[in-house]
Amino acid sequence: MTEAIAPETLLLLAVATPFLGALAIPLFRNRPNPREAVTLITAAALFLIVLTLLGAMAGGARPSLTLLSLGAGWSIGFALEPLGGIFALVASSLWIVNSIYSIGYMRAHHEPRQTGFYACFAIALGSTMGVALARDLFTLFLFYEILTLSTYPLVTHKRDSEAMRAGRLYLGLLLGTSMLLFLPAIVATFAFAGSIEFTPGGVLAGRAGPVAIGLLLALYVFGIGKAAMMPMHFWLPAAMVAPTPVSALLHAVAVVKAGVFSIVKIVVYIFGIDLLAESGASEWLIYAASVSLILASLIALTRDNLKARLAYSTVGQLAYLVLGAALATPTGIIGSGLQLATHAAGKITLFFCAGAIYVAHHKTEVSQLAGIGRRMPVTMVAFLIGSLSIIGLPPFGGVWSKWALATAALDAGSLFAAVVLMVSSMLSVGYLLPVVARAFFLPADERGDPHDPGRISEAPISCLVALSSTALLCIALFFGAGELERMLESLFGPSAGAP
Amino acid sequence: MDFFRTVADHYNYVITIFVMVAGLYIVTSRGNLIKKLVGLAIFQTSVYLLYIEPGKILGGTAPILHPDFTVYSNPLPHVLILTAIVVGVATLALGLALVVRINEAFGSIEEEEIIEKDRAP
Amino acid sequence: MSAAWLHLPILQVVLPLFGAIAAAFLKRSASAFALALVVSWLMPVIAGALLWQVLTGGPVSYHLGGWEPPWGIEYRVDLLNAFVLLLISAIGAVIMPAARRSIDLEIEADRQPRFYCMFLLCLTGLLGIAITGDAFNAFVFLEISSLSTYVLIALGPDRRALLAAYRYLIVGTIGATFYVIGVGLLYLVTGTLNMADLAVRIGPAWEAQSRAIIAALGFITVGVGLKLALFPLHAWLPNAYTYAPSWVTVFLSASATKVAIYLLVRFYFSVFGSAVDLDLLPVATFIVALSVAAMFLASISAVFEPNLKRMLAYSSVAQIGYITLGIGLQNQAGVTGGLVHIVNHGMMKAALFLAAGAVLLRVRTVRIAELAGIGRKMPWTMAAFSVAGLGLIGTPGTTGFVSKWYLVLGAIERGWWPLAFLIVASSVIALVYVGRFLEIAWMREPAEGLAEAADPPGSVLLPLLILAAATIYFGLDTALTAGIAGQAAQSLLGGMR
Repeated sequence: MTEAIAPETLLLLAVATPFLGALAIPLFRNRPNPREAVTLITAAALFLIVLTLLGAMAGGARPSLTLLSLGAGWSIGFALEPLGGIFALVASSLWIVNSIYSIGYMRAHHEPRQTGFYACFAIALGSTMGVALARDLFTLFLFYEILTLSTYPLVTHKRDSEAMRAGRLYLGLLLGTSMLLFLPAIVATFAFAGSIEFTPGGVLAGRAGPVAIGLLLALYVFGIGKAAMMPMHFWLPAAMVAPTPVSALLHAVAVVKAGVFSIVKIVVYIFGIDLLAESGASEWLIYAASVSLILASLIALTRDNLKARLAYSTVGQLAYLVLGAALATPTGIIGSGLQLATHAAGKITLFFCAGAIYVAHHKTEVSQLAGIGRRMPVTMVAFLIGSLSIIGLPPFGGVWSKWALATAALDAGSLFAAVVLMVSSMLSVGYLLPVVARAFFLPADERGDPHDPGRISEAPISCLVALSSTALLCIALFFGAGELERMLESLFGPSAGAP
Repeated sequence: MDFFRTVADHYNYVITIFVMVAGLYIVTSRGNLIKKLVGLAIFQTSVYLLYIEPGKILGGTAPILHPDFTVYSNPLPHVLILTAIVVGVATLALGLALVVRINEAFGSIEEEEIIEKDRAP
Repeated sequence: MSAAWLHLPILQVVLPLFGAIAAAFLKRSASAFALALVVSWLMPVIAGALLWQVLTGGPVSYHLGGWEPPWGIEYRVDLLNAFVLLLISAIGAVIMPAARRSIDLEIEADRQPRFYCMFLLCLTGLLGIAITGDAFNAFVFLEISSLSTYVLIALGPDRRALLAAYRYLIVGTIGATFYVIGVGLLYLVTGTLNMADLAVRIGPAWEAQSRAIIAALGFITVGVGLKLALFPLHAWLPNAYTYAPSWVTVFLSASATKVAIYLLVRFYFSVFGSAVDLDLLPVATFIVALSVAAMFLASISAVFEPNLKRMLAYSSVAQIGYITLGIGLQNQAGVTGGLVHIVNHGMMKAALFLAAGAVLLRVRTVRIAELAGIGRKMPWTMAAFSVAGLGLIGTPGTTGFVSKWYLVLGAIERGWWPLAFLIVASSVIALVYVGRFLEIAWMREPAEGLAEAADPPGSVLLPLLILAAATIYFGLDTALTAGIAGQAAQSLLGGMR
């Protein structure tokens, strides 16, 4: 049936579906069940569309279409390529799980403004699709900004002064960096190369000197504040005031992923890894990413608030991706692509667990979690799986991305990067596993907690379904990573390979 | 010496500039709204001089073709300045009307007093 | 029909002029409104037809009374002023339906016919400035528009409107007089007032009379700079915009300063630029420096401003800085950015002031602190405000982004990297002041005083939504705006030495 639809149409549908969903959600303003059904149906439809698209891509199709031609060298257009395909797949699949989780979480909490919540969520997903499938920098930038704006009401969902302050920081940092650094970088790219279309091999080769290339790269890396490269990361820990499904959206599904994805995509399709490898213009980025990686991991060690700890863990884990891009080798890019998927699955599991603990027991600090494993065994097992995947141990998906990145570091002759990767894996053991150990092996603090029911009491069933399915996804990725890798390898296939 | 000769040769411009600056000075230095308008009118008058002086040729007449006259003054500046005078009069009238209204509303035409009254209504 | 077709340039000016005279004799405000509505809706039709004539047949030259230029007055329409004419008349036409309700609130019924008379007179003056090819005629139109503007501002409900109008009268008259001094000096040097003829004759006169020509350029720049509120000559603007009747502010913000900018562009590029190598004079650097100062200082003033209307007025000063910056850049991308921002800012600021007017209409206050939660009560109004506000910030997908793109590109092409960053940095300040208000408007619980508030009637809401939609539409489809601005910039720069 789906064969009848041209891939170009699917491309457009992939971006349009969530936006249509966002339009439909307010129609059921006062009827929660149909409203959530709309979200789920939209998410499922989007997932099917993306899956069909990827199927077409595996068959060699590279659909591309121009939605609007705007003159002045820019247009709004979409195109499918492996990196974007994987990102779209990750985002669309996790949206389904996240929606299931949201329903349990938001209802258990009797949160206000749920219609707006789901509508903004759908808009955020639509813009994520726009980012993933953008054919040129203008389209990417457009959806990047819509993503920021549509997630702002989600971050400030509580509307109290703390949430508003976090929202201000969120909006100020993300919009500020994008306007201050990202936009000039795009304009400069246009001025140098005369084109801002994503082109295999890049558009900047031979158009600017190595210093200019290095500076331009810096503008992109720091201008894309969503990637949370230090020192542009402050918004991410601040934004944890948001409800947990939103944190999952920020950390795993859309926002930070959109940031690092943009960086990798720009490295591959605007600079071209050959250009970066030859000019050495990305060498500084290896060090910058390493600093971000190690520092964030160290800070994560010191945080007692579970969500804050996970937030700093995200900052560190995303620096992996940037590091992979900075290495400017095909293996590095493949590692980044894999990390995009595996980190998403792992981190969303961890956030779901953190949220489940909060819903069931109203606990937010790591130090309060002693013995919680006996109350919430499913949740904490899922937490363990997520942690191990993030750390990069078999048999979980994370091992492949860590492996690919380490190989890339050695291939590129950067012993430094390889050591950094090792050290940071150790650090992630240090900040994640104690949480699990405390939950299972320490006795519960009997005195202080009158609410402790003394028996198994898990979060609502929809939360449990969500977090166990993402935990399973972590395992599935261990076996399914080969498929993703093949997809990414086609990036550097014979046609687009090095000269 | 040359400088003084230049000045003397262009005495009409000197007068124009004097009137111009004097008018502008009154506008900026006086706090009385009517005096400001007077300054403005003087300032505008200098423009009339600026246009008309160079257009007038001593001994020249209006440009009416007649065998008795061979030297004509340029009529265009005169026409322009007629328009400018009309504009100036209109501006002055409107300005004065505004001052009347301001006096009704604030009870004063001294800028500082008005600002003071505005602060403490 | 063909006769009307040939006489479009004069109809553009004479129709509103006659309309104004007729309105002055009308007794009932409803009939005066109807007259103004008809006239203002005819204007974009004529301007559109003129633009079409220019696009198909090149510049249109119309000789008043059949006198050949340079002796007679010539109306000359090329791409640049056809563009400006269309902007002014289209904005006037779009916002005209909103006038009725807004004016009812602020001006007594028996004065209303004269209000419409003044509006039409102002429209006459603005369109006249844009269409005429004669430097002195431009002065006359400048004064027609200015005098009527002073009256319009003085009609504001607050007594401070009188003071604002008086101050604007003083400053505006000085500005116009400076302009006419500049024109006088040019006339002394060249003996002509026709702009095209001036451009031809200044060149030969440059050798002997360079000092007079430089003085003329200085006088004209300062004079027009006062009218267009070029920083630091902008002091009149915030009060005038704040205390004028809301609808008047909407119209003025979109038109009056824009026409003055057009006049500056015309003199700068078409008259002086084609005759003299402008790089000999530091005017461009000077304008760029002042523009940057405007972009920052006025934006910062806006951040700390408690009154919504005045906040938008300060923002106007900053946005005018963008336009003059583009002009000062003197390259294709920069001038395109400046010209396109004339239109883009006109649309956005009209929408913003119209939304502020709608708020005033419903809750009788524009103090930001008292407008907490207004978004819940007036969702459509505030949605339009938000869209236009995003345009002000320069979010992609809005017109503001188009302008910013060209300006940054222009700065980078000139190799002025720090300037490129200053441009985007100032839009971050716009983010602060727009965001500050939007947060209060949307994220707070509605204040007590707002219990009765609701969206304004359709006659106000529809123009507002049209302007907001235009902000997005022209942010995506730039063929009409940036396309024509680009061609106009090309012909302006192509004529330069």
